[in-house]
Amino acid sequence: MLKTFLKGGVHPPENKLSAKSKIKDLPLPQVVRIPILQHLGAPSKPVVEAGDQVKAGQLIAKSEGYVSSSIHSPVSGKIMKIDDFIDSTGYKRKAIIINTEGDEWIENIDRSKEHIKEFSLSSEEIINRILSAGIVGLGGATFPTHVKLSIPRGKKAEYLIINGVECEPYLTADHALMLEHGEELITGIKLLKKALKVNRALVGIENNKPDALKHISALALNSNGINVYALKVKYPQGGEKQLIKALLNREVPSGGLPIDVGVVAFNVGTTYAVYEAIQKNKPLFERIVTVTGKSVKNSSNFRVRIGTPVSALIEAAGGLPENTGKIIYGGPMMGKALSDLSVPVTKGCSGILILPENESSRKKTQPCIRCSKCVSVCPMGLEPYLLMSLSQINLFDRLESDKVLDCIECGSCSYICPSNRPLLDYIRLGKSAVSKIIRTTKQ
Amino acid sequence: MNSVVLYTVISLSGIGVTAAIVLFLVAQKFKVYEDPRIDQVEDELPAANCGGCGFPGCRNFAEALVKAEDFEDLYCPVGGNETMIKVAELLGKVAVEQEPKVAVLRCNGACEFRPKVNKYDGTETCVIAAALYGGDTACEYGCLGYGDCVVVCKFDALHMDAETGLPVVTDVNCTACGACVKECPKDLFELRKRYKKDRKIYVACMNEDKGGPAKKSCSVACIGCTLCLKVCPFDAITMNNNLAFIDSEKCRLCKKCAPVCPTNSILEIGFPPKKEQKEENKTEQTTTLAGDKSDEVNNKPGNISEK
Repeated sequence: MLKTFLKGGVHPPENKLSAKSKIKDLPLPQVVRIPILQHLGAPSKPVVEAGDQVKAGQLIAKSEGYVSSSIHSPVSGKIMKIDDFIDSTGYKRKAIIINTEGDEWIENIDRSKEHIKEFSLSSEEIINRILSAGIVGLGGATFPTHVKLSIPRGKKAEYLIINGVECEPYLTADHALMLEHGEELITGIKLLKKALKVNRALVGIENNKPDALKHISALALNSNGINVYALKVKYPQGGEKQLIKALLNREVPSGGLPIDVGVVAFNVGTTYAVYEAIQKNKPLFERIVTVTGKSVKNSSNFRVRIGTPVSALIEAAGGLPENTGKIIYGGPMMGKALSDLSVPVTKGCSGILILPENESSRKKTQPCIRCSKCVSVCPMGLEPYLLMSLSQINLFDRLESDKVLDCIECGSCSYICPSNRPLLDYIRLGKSAVSKIIRTTKQ
Repeated sequence: MNSVVLYTVISLSGIGVTAAIVLFLVAQKFKVYEDPRIDQVEDELPAANCGGCGFPGCRNFAEALVKAEDFEDLYCPVGGNETMIKVAELLGKVAVEQEPKVAVLRCNGACEFRPKVNKYDGTETCVIAAALYGGDTACEYGCLGYGDCVVVCKFDALHMDAETGLPVVTDVNCTACGACVKECPKDLFELRKRYKKDRKIYVACMNEDKGGPAKKSCSVACIGCTLCLKVCPFDAITMNNNLAFIDSEKCRLCKKCAPVCPTNSILEIGFPPKKEQKEENKTEQTTTLAGDKSDEVNNKPGNISEK
């Protein structure tokens, strides 16, 4: 029997429309806008000024503090200004705006397609290179990778887990990456193994990607200590904690991190970025983005420079269909509806989903009928209906004792609710209120 | 038969008396002393339990008042100075009087001034909409119009105006408890000094964008031009993040700032219409004068060319 996690989970229609599409390079946009906050943690600090000439790969904003990340210019050209610009949060944030001129990269980046297998760096050197390349978790959480790799004292990593699950419906960016850059991924896994000083790496891939499974398994046969596992399709298996449960049957304690059970997990996108940063000297300034939707002409996977406006991506996929109701930044389960098409692609953007009107609008909210479906699908074993009511009446101490902070915001509860109740909206509110209270009482 | 009834009555009353004695003794032993003044003070308070004083309810506030050494930072906005003086007399202390205040909405972005640029179909509460994005107009600072403030107001001082899509404060009912100030996710409510006859003058905008984008998103936005700042004779106006702010403590309602505002984002409310008419006449006069002049100027070259 195939492995999967036990608690909860849902089965939304997969709709992997762009699964057969090869990764295409998106033409360089005229203007790129790079928000200085596109990772979890403190915003980066710009080190360039308006009027400066930059090359692709050049540092334009350095990390501020430990949990932060550097940002590199994705194009060559002139810095127009550093100004507020709308980003995927729907609010204006500070961004570096660059006018593209040509496509010149800094000298030490290896632009050839050749696969370099050998490396002789030590663990610390690898982590330092990852830090300076500005790599963050590309699965969507955008947590700085170097922080995850630095194991706190007293803890030991036993396993490296590589997340090739891609459980979000519609998205195929990781799938395409595994098919086209499998060999580089294996080298990336070896690099991460070295950095973490672990012997075993487990790659989890859902069973709905048989070609990727076959490809990666065949490549992994030649290298020691990399095992590939097929997983039963279930959302949200791509969640770190769910994947660890599925592969190793270990449960991350409430409030804890995967390292508490001896595991560190990375997305395949991150692994590929690590390969590029170390073997090719290329900082993270482009990523693979799926542009998809039932009404989209050419659903495909694009290699996109960070800062490219979403409108350029939609244009490349055949333009905006007429009956568009919503444009989602990310996948259908966890993504965010956009209010403006000039929003730039950031490090955490794995897809742009275009939904037709008849599928996109929310249905009327009705009273809770106590069917407890939300409880049975919650992958964290929480009680979403209860958390929602607690959040509505501002009972923050109860919210905390009922583990609202364990919520991974996967949206399974809102998806399954027959009364269309906005469970996750309220849980998120409660979650942010509780974490704010905790932060202020700590200080 | 009689003896059975008798024994029952005797034994039951015996149990009753013993229980009463035990209860009396226990009550004496575990008596919790409560200052009788707390009840007296609580009777004086408005019993609105609104939380405007910063305490969960009137009882808690009464306890705090009785315990307090002086009344600094202790004030009931609903009862106002009258209540506070009464309480102070009762407790033999001095009341710290405050100017009465009233809540104002610092946004004038009615539907006609602030066009919608997208459609929101999520849960119709301001907190959730604000958590998801900047709102369905291009102004991310303005009122979202789902009426969280109306729900939270305990004094019926707020209602939504269907035409403008903005909440309206009914000054008579407003007690300045501050519930709306706390609730609004965009921080649009401000407690301002209550002037005579509920007159008000304030910058009805919180848009911190630069002039161009601000004006583009809302035609009555403050564009940070500083004209009002220059014209104010009392230094009551300050500029912060491209946004003017009139300090109601310093403002003396001279009304010089409102006419110079190019976007009409300074609102004057409650002034007698007479003066406004006069002003209108004045402006009309000046415009007609200017018009005359321009006509003359225009005519002259025309005449010349005809000649």
